Amino acid sequence: MGHFNYWIVIYLMMAGFYIMIVQGNLVKKIVGLNIFQASIFIMFISMGKVEDGTAPILVEGTTYYSSPLPHVLILTAIVVGVATTALALALVVRINEAHRSVEEDEIHEQDKSF
Amino acid sequence: MPNPIQPNLVLRVAGKMLIPIILMFALYVQFHGETGPGGGFQAGVIFTSAFILYALVFGIGPARAVATDRVLRVLAAFGVLLYIGVGIASLLSGGNFLDYDVLGENAIEGQHLGIFLIELGVGFTVASVMIIIFFAFAERGARP
Amino acid sequence: MISHHLPILQVIVPLLAAPLCLLLYDRFLSWCISLFASGIAFLIAALLLHQTLHTGVISYELGGWAAPWGIEYRVDIVNAFVLLIVTAISSTIIVFAKESVAQEIYAERIPLFYAVYMLFLCGLLGVTVTGDVFNLFVFMEISALSSYTLIAISEDRRALTASYQYLFLGTIGASFILISIGLLYSMTGTLNMQDLARRLPAVSGNRTVESAFAFLTVGISIKLALVPLHLWLPNAYTYAPSVVSAFIASTATKVAFYVLLRFMFSVLGVTLSFQSMLLSGIFLALGIAAIFVGSTAAIFQDNIKRMLAYSSIAQIGYMVLGVSFATVTGLTAALLHLFNHALIKAALFLALGCIFYRFGSASMNQIYGIGRRMPWTMTAFVIGGLSLIGVPLTVGFISKWYLVLAAMEAGMWLVAAAILAASLLTVVYIWRVVEAAWFKVPVQSPTANTGEVPLSMLLPTWALIIANRYFGIDTSLTVGVAPQAAEWLLGITG
Repeated sequence: MGHFNYWIVIYLMMAGFYIMIVQGNLVKKIVGLNIFQASIFIMFISMGKVEDGTAPILVEGTTYYSSPLPHVLILTAIVVGVATTALALALVVRINEAHRSVEEDEIHEQDKSF
Repeated sequence: MPNPIQPNLVLRVAGKMLIPIILMFALYVQFHGETGPGGGFQAGVIFTSAFILYALVFGIGPARAVATDRVLRVLAAFGVLLYIGVGIASLLSGGNFLDYDVLGENAIEGQHLGIFLIELGVGFTVASVMIIIFFAFAERGARP
Repeated sequence: MISHHLPILQVIVPLLAAPLCLLLYDRFLSWCISLFASGIAFLIAALLLHQTLHTGVISYELGGWAAPWGIEYRVDIVNAFVLLIVTAISSTIIVFAKESVAQEIYAERIPLFYAVYMLFLCGLLGVTVTGDVFNLFVFMEISALSSYTLIAISEDRRALTASYQYLFLGTIGASFILISIGLLYSMTGTLNMQDLARRLPAVSGNRTVESAFAFLTVGISIKLALVPLHLWLPNAYTYAPSVVSAFIASTATKVAFYVLLRFMFSVLGVTLSFQSMLLSGIFLALGIAAIFVGSTAAIFQDNIKRMLAYSSIAQIGYMVLGVSFATVTGLTAALLHLFNHALIKAALFLALGCIFYRFGSASMNQIYGIGRRMPWTMTAFVIGGLSLIGVPLTVGFISKWYLVLAAMEAGMWLVAAAILAASLLTVVYIWRVVEAAWFKVPVQSPTANTGEVPLSMLLPTWALIIANRYFGIDTSLTVGVAPQAAEWLLGITG
């Protein structure tokens, strides 16, 4: 079970993908996208953990520190994810105003473009 | 404009008590960002949460009286400009872009000032953009 | 002193323009600011190319932090070349945008449009200029998020669904790139491209590196719209405002292609990508598939914008095909086509923007007989089309020439024949437009507003058309730089 974090990551990633593909509801697709992104965040953060390492603050008596860099990277990636989610939701609001629906197949019936 | 939820005494009193504390906490996180955990991103979001709480309890109309589109837009732009401004200031003082060392009389003072201003810029932009996003969604639903 | 800071100024200038547009919130002023910022960015790019050609690689350390720890901006011939074309196209399109945007976008959104346009430019330039893989991801997302917004700003409701689709595929692509960055970081402990390239050979053959490679290839291919992953592109280009179609079509996929080159050659190295991972075979097959799928689909489109979108998919195939040879000539062809296709597609989309300006639509049966009424626009379109086909004395010829040359050099005669056959498909779809515009009788009686478009739209279109002809005749800039860049990527010159 040394790599159990990767199993979690893979499970979440596939679950997110599955939701994105199978769900016809545009909002639920965004939920899928968020789960998918969360799996990547977990991958990065679990990667930074060093066994027996403490928080990366200089204290006497400790020699091993967890790597803080993946956390910083993911902080940025989370902000990007927030922006993506906000934009996607804004698009769904406007799609709903234009089509009076957030269901993929109903929109497809109105416009063949989707 | 959507109506505020029915005037509920408990909510209003609790809101009035909580909002100043949340705002203070946001400022604390903002100004201790360079020495402890925190910084502009977190502070901005906490600040916004106080705002959203206010808008939920007292209605969007009163909240809008403070944060008009114009004010929010100017603040959002100001934050980014402050950030770039610090970078350009360090560039003009002979360092590389965002090299804080050259901003003060010595490196430590310069870094202190640089990070403080950068985080301030981030805080302004994050708070105002988050409020813009909230209003954009909250007001949209009310339109026919 | 200022020349030392050029790499960062390249990104900062458009980034500075975006909040200024927002601050002033005025249609005319924000246009002025964007034009000015884009022009300055073009100047900087030209200076950077000049510097790299004469003094070699420029490295810039952000915040004064030394390279493997801090973020490094690194400009060599390859990205200076890409910077030049991106900023040149952007400046030309902004001139065009003034009238076109005023008609196609709601008035109150116009300052926002320019702010987002500047952010998009900033993102593209950032991706190109940076030497840090995570920084590249962030800039890529800045440009991608702005491009979703730019597409959705259109008045057409189908643009919303197109943008939504693009957002999903684009985010999945970016996430894949992020995964591969994470895997590479876990293997090497560094994010700097130079440092990665130094440390990766020590861990070659490791399965983590191989899966990083796989994620990277798929992620970039989505961003690039390489054939099985191209489904977001036609709708996004078709329903976006004309200016946005022109800008995204001529720059976004080019920058994604640059990212591909940078990762495959500079970071992962030729040995890993082309010898142990068989990228050549994959790209050869996908490139040829892209060329034929794109060109064939383009023939059957009734909307000219959609036709050009499918043609873009085919052109991406040509570029990827050039990479698949992994030789100097092949890479030269790919880089030349990057430059040339940006010029061609920008010119064609701008000409189409002129048609859209007058008719409010770009469908084939709308333009019957407009060659007589809008001679300048349609002549521009025809010359652009000839360039797309690859007729001698246009830029399209130069890149196809090198591509065929590279195929023959590699002894792949069938591939060379396929390239020529695909050019015939291009003739077919360009001819459909020419036929409709010049030889068909107009369906409805000519109305009052169907004259030539304003000069501020014609001039940029023609500037690009003239560039198409000019670089087709005097190739000293493109053919002078591209082989050097190709050799640089392959690591032949130091």
